[in-house]
Amino acid sequence: MGVNDHNLSQQTLAGLAAGLADGDFSARELTEALLERIEATRVLNAFITVTPDLALEQADMADRRLAKGEGGPLNGLPIVHKDLFCTRGVLTTCGSRILDNFVSPYDATVVERLAAAGAVMLGKTNMDEFAMGSSNETSNFGPVKNPWDLSLSPGGSSGGSAAVVAARVVPAATGTDTGGSIRQPAALTGTTGIKPTYGRVSRYGMVAFASSLDQAGVITRSAEDAAMLLSVMAGHDPRDSTSVDHPVPDYVAGLERPVAGMKIGIVRQHFDEGLDAECGARVREALDALAAAGAELVEVDLPNIGLSVPTYYVVAPAECSSNLSRFDGVRFGHRADDPRDLHDLYCRTRGEGFGAEVKRRVMTGTYVLSAGYYDAYYLKAQKVRQLISEDFRRAFEKVDVIAGPTAPTTAFAIGEKTDDPITMYLNDIYTIGANLAGLPGISIPCGFAGKLPVGLQLVGPHFAEETLLACAHQYQGLTDWHKIGPGDVS
Amino acid sequence: MNGQWEVVIGLEVHTQLATRSKIFSGAPTAYGAEPNTQACLVDLGYPGVLPVLNGEVVRMAVKFGLAVNAGVARRSVFARKNYFYPDLPKGYQISQYELPIVENGELFIVGDDGEEKRIGITRAHLEEDAGKSVHEGFSRATGIDLNRAGTPLLEIVSEPDMRSAKEAVAYMRKIHSIVRYLGISDGNMQEGSFRCDANVSVRPRGQQELGTRTELKNLNSFRFVERAINFEIARQIDVIEDGGEVVQETRLYDSAKDETRPMRSKEEANDYRYFPDPDLLPVELDDDYIDAVRGTLPELPDAKHARFVEQYGLKTDDADLLTVSRALADYFESVAGATSADPQQAANWMAGELLARLNKDGIDISDTRIAAADLAGLLDRIADHTISGKIAKEVFEAMWNGEGNADDIIDARGLRQITDTSAIEGIVDAVIAAHPEQAAEYRSGKDKLLGFFVGQVMKETRGKANPGQVNQVLKDRLSKD
Repeated sequence: MGVNDHNLSQQTLAGLAAGLADGDFSARELTEALLERIEATRVLNAFITVTPDLALEQADMADRRLAKGEGGPLNGLPIVHKDLFCTRGVLTTCGSRILDNFVSPYDATVVERLAAAGAVMLGKTNMDEFAMGSSNETSNFGPVKNPWDLSLSPGGSSGGSAAVVAARVVPAATGTDTGGSIRQPAALTGTTGIKPTYGRVSRYGMVAFASSLDQAGVITRSAEDAAMLLSVMAGHDPRDSTSVDHPVPDYVAGLERPVAGMKIGIVRQHFDEGLDAECGARVREALDALAAAGAELVEVDLPNIGLSVPTYYVVAPAECSSNLSRFDGVRFGHRADDPRDLHDLYCRTRGEGFGAEVKRRVMTGTYVLSAGYYDAYYLKAQKVRQLISEDFRRAFEKVDVIAGPTAPTTAFAIGEKTDDPITMYLNDIYTIGANLAGLPGISIPCGFAGKLPVGLQLVGPHFAEETLLACAHQYQGLTDWHKIGPGDVS
Repeated sequence: MNGQWEVVIGLEVHTQLATRSKIFSGAPTAYGAEPNTQACLVDLGYPGVLPVLNGEVVRMAVKFGLAVNAGVARRSVFARKNYFYPDLPKGYQISQYELPIVENGELFIVGDDGEEKRIGITRAHLEEDAGKSVHEGFSRATGIDLNRAGTPLLEIVSEPDMRSAKEAVAYMRKIHSIVRYLGISDGNMQEGSFRCDANVSVRPRGQQELGTRTELKNLNSFRFVERAINFEIARQIDVIEDGGEVVQETRLYDSAKDETRPMRSKEEANDYRYFPDPDLLPVELDDDYIDAVRGTLPELPDAKHARFVEQYGLKTDDADLLTVSRALADYFESVAGATSADPQQAANWMAGELLARLNKDGIDISDTRIAAADLAGLLDRIADHTISGKIAKEVFEAMWNGEGNADDIIDARGLRQITDTSAIEGIVDAVIAAHPEQAAEYRSGKDKLLGFFVGQVMKETRGKANPGQVNQVLKDRLSKD
């Protein structure tokens, strides 16, 4: 049987791992096939950088390990990284003009760990500038197209990662999630996206947007694939003081835990008028399916969850305004031509280098931290954040997971919300709570509204990734939504 | 000097902590290296890097807190101080702000009235140093050297308790002495490891309300602290007496012109937008940790001073001098412990010959050319009358020049004191015989001539004759006829 007969780009990581182990194809053949697929799907604009030479080199190394019966758990398996992760010797732009010439001198911990497990990196995916956006339209490299309908947005900020996984270009991509940036694009593209507990995966080498909210995760086509990757990515990193020294379970082994007996919390506020009716119907059907499998549905209350969007839009901009100060044109990245003086260097470098949404957030953040406003905004937001965390803590005394919609609507048109940041921000209304409370969350496909995929979100207590993945995997055993892809875009 | 005016001074002392690596990275802290060779990606503020706190820095700050009888915070928090400057790579400085690691300490100085005076220490907090801008060697450009970026600093803030430049210097010297005793800083002022800012104001004597203060920046020697403050006091009094008002501002001391100049006014000052650094966890310390650090504290200057007076019977001035640094005090104790001479003799020799020689050659006590045991050996030879104090100075010089220990030199140079009475009698007889006229005058009642004869005998013996014996024998012989 020839390589082409395997339709390699359609397979999951688990399927590819079996094929590599059985010698059905080599890591080089797999990599070449996927590189071709990347070229054939350029219309998505999902990549900022493709690294064929590096990928083939890594694939050959993987094949040599395979021949010797060696290699890590991901040996020869493909991965692409959101362009927010630093990759040594490779352009790392964060979707921004200010870093459009930045070649990182080091690897992020996530990149390092996946490479050490044998994964082959094919390239860096497009994203909202510095992960600030929910539609991938703030990228300096143009918007990513949703493979379900090229006139639509794939969501954001990890839009490039979601689009290539959904379009069966590659089976897996890393992403980052500060307010929903993995889960919302996963929902809008019919993929599986997990944001682990804050501190579960190292942030070292992941360019910071909002340090207290940022968390790395993955977008895949199954919970099983997500479990394979997370088992490698998770764990304490002495280079990140906020990473937690907590044992990493074998997430793949934990997938078989049945949903029977699981208590699933339903939050009334998640089904308010903001939710599209058809999306709501799909989510209810998914909950019914879980109940039919033996899960107990329990209503829980998160009284302060309605404050999560305004709280987030104080905390995240505050941190970003400070995190982005290092982009000053002095040591790396874009620098304005012929500055008159220092002030001019700063103003023009940053004025030219940052896009409108980043500027909006830097200004908002600067404002809320200013003398005289700090207490009213930043401090107040931190207190509300505490209340929201408390709400979740109380809810998890009663239930194992909380389930509901990931996003209020299906994918929206490119350009539809760009003039109205508030409407855009409300896209993350169901996802932001988990970031504020540092909780793990996963989005999985649960059907279609019209022709577009709908996402079901599961949120768990701290370090309950195993429960979330098991619940998602069991649901994916009962349904085929995650196996349905868009038509070919190439 | 300013009868009707009272001066109010508070100091902020910046002490560089003597760690091998930086406060938030593993890069070395070596001074004087080629630009940008002591800075790693964390110090350079590269995208994606994160700070990790150096535990040694915390231990040093706790040591200081305990040494000045302060409260050590069970929980302290690093914040970001945001401002743009080319030598500040991240666009913010990580510094403790609302919750510092040390609060409410004190130390004691000798005040202007000669009495012991308490100076309050408001707080001491940890922070990272910035890099530096280099202007020499560039035309139409500025170089940036980030070697110093991320170097750990302990900023020690006093209460406005000092009332003169002299008291300010006494306070600064005390802090300098304490941090060096603790081994937490080399205190090197030339290299900028120990520098201070002074907040200075004046008010009519008797007024409770403080006058408007100015902040004098970056005073990096005790002498400059004194001169800058005195200049500033005089300037402020002039301004007020001329009917003007002191402007709250930051001023820079120009040592070449011996004056202070405004640097930037507070009105234009940045809004630093402090907020807790989300990349770092709060520093949480428990009693076990603090007690363990307490167990490592050395004897501190005040305690050592009291013990030197008590145990060795030293004069207060000598105890002051010998407890300035731990190395000097340790040297003294080694000498005092090894010699049979009176410890005050050891102090006299250190305060006199040794410190003079160290100063002259510009070297530190730790690099002295005469080991404590060797100085003790010299003092022993004075105590047992092998040599006189005068000869001992010659031996000291020879020891300094590396000619060996006291005994070697005394033997080699034949400096042993002549104590053999018959030998002295022979020399005395010869001297009297050579000066018959003076002998006659002495015998006729001119007693003062005894000194002349002592001098002659000493000249003959090149100072080696025991002076007591010489006196006795001369008197005997001259009284006979």
